Amino acid sequence: MSEFELSRRRFIGASAAAGGLATAAKVGSAAAATSGTPPMRTAEMVDLTLQVNGRRHALTVEPRTTLLDALREELRLTGTKKGCDRGSCGACTVHVDGRRVNSCLALAARCQDKAITTIEGLAENGELHPMQAAFLAHDGLQCGYCTPGQIMSAAALVEEGRAVSDAAIREWMSGNICRCGAYPHILAAIKDVVQGG
Amino acid sequence: MENFTLASPTTIEAALAAAQQADAKFIAGGTDLLQLMKDHVERPQRLVDLEGLPLDKFSIGEDGARIGALVRMSDLADDADLRRHYPVIAEALLASASPQVRNMATIGGNLLQRTRCGYFRDVGFTACNKRHPGSGCGAILGVNRLHAVLGGSDYCIATHASDLAVALAALDARIEVQDSDGTRKIPINEFYLLPGDTPDRETTLTLGEIITAVHVPPPANSERSLYLKLRDRASFEFALVSAAVVVAVEDGRIRAARVAMGGVGTRPWRLPAVETALAGAALTREALMDATAHAAEGARPLNDNRFKIPLMQRALTRALLTATA
Repeated sequence: MSEFELSRRRFIGASAAAGGLATAAKVGSAAAATSGTPPMRTAEMVDLTLQVNGRRHALTVEPRTTLLDALREELRLTGTKKGCDRGSCGACTVHVDGRRVNSCLALAARCQDKAITTIEGLAENGELHPMQAAFLAHDGLQCGYCTPGQIMSAAALVEEGRAVSDAAIREWMSGNICRCGAYPHILAAIKDVVQGG
Repeated sequence: MENFTLASPTTIEAALAAAQQADAKFIAGGTDLLQLMKDHVERPQRLVDLEGLPLDKFSIGEDGARIGALVRMSDLADDADLRRHYPVIAEALLASASPQVRNMATIGGNLLQRTRCGYFRDVGFTACNKRHPGSGCGAILGVNRLHAVLGGSDYCIATHASDLAVALAALDARIEVQDSDGTRKIPINEFYLLPGDTPDRETTLTLGEIITAVHVPPPANSERSLYLKLRDRASFEFALVSAAVVVAVEDGRIRAARVAMGGVGTRPWRLPAVETALAGAALTREALMDATAHAAEGARPLNDNRFKIPLMQRALTRALLTATA
């Protein structure tokens, strides 16, 4: 790799930061020019410890910070994706104390000392989790944006013992939307893991 | 989402005290409230976190069920005793939302979730009497396919979205609430208010009260129950029409039935006329269709939701046939 090459993520990160500055400046001047616009509320920051993938992280967040935003923006664990940000798509699915939840609907400040597992923590000892391997083997994705959430949900589904039929898998995966429509391959991947393939 | 302060009390008394300020809101599972806050429908100055309160237990015995307000939907739905004694509750819960949401959302919060009316949830629409009393209703002359055919007013036709509440309405559950003076139990069929000219008022809860539990009477002998939910997609969708039936059968006929419907009313809709007609009815499709013909009595359908009228009768008949098969 040449020293001039940037990783995709670092490039996107740098662009977003620059864009963010420009936007912030614009918003600031617009707010100053418009009387009657309520100022953004400030709130006391909250100190908390998040236990993510077996590691403890001390961080300071606004009360309104969702677990999803804390993971992505504070801890830079960008595997967890933001889709709808309203609990409708499942792209943000993580495990909290062993349960799959929508991290966009959880406040980080309410997750103190809870055990959080993200897609980055699913592999063990350098070995992919069987569900990750099965998604690869069955091509359970197209664009890949929903995939971390699909895999986190599917791994929990199997743990819950609910993957007893095709219909049950479809029903219990209904919290994860795939706009590419990779559902048949996702189903095949999950069945493969259930059958110990 | 606007900022707020977060209080985390560990007793009910402290929670009630912490909520005594303008624009305070309780937060339990948060699955509905955070959506509303992100969309600026709700803008609380303070959130009072209920998670630390000792309201997360439930018990099912000879006296019926007592379900703590903070029990998670998934935990209740998974309970073998609940599934045996109150299948209609388990089925209503499992037909709600998604596995992830059910792992977060609580029983008390489910009962207090806000309507899914698009005009209510999108602040881009200025007219919504529920959000801004006196501003009008966008739905009555707008897109109202998903709206109520029963219980609406000239001010609001938004449906109540909870499946659980429909099941509890058929079971004559009571909502236990507490304030600084003590507790009271409100029959669920008196808990929700019709919109009238004050659709911003949705329940008989008053400021400074908190739901602590739901009480369900014990099932009668030979009683069967079932929840049927019809929707635009197979899963993770709100009801177009749903039916909760609790029915006792004797000698091949219905001895007594309690029925409630969702997706059709501005509150969980109990159907006393159908219940009367069902008493003594034979378990045939024809006899049940005669009784369920009363389902939509008093309905006021609008442009887009007229289909719910025949669907109510058919859904109810199917639910009764399935429950008694």
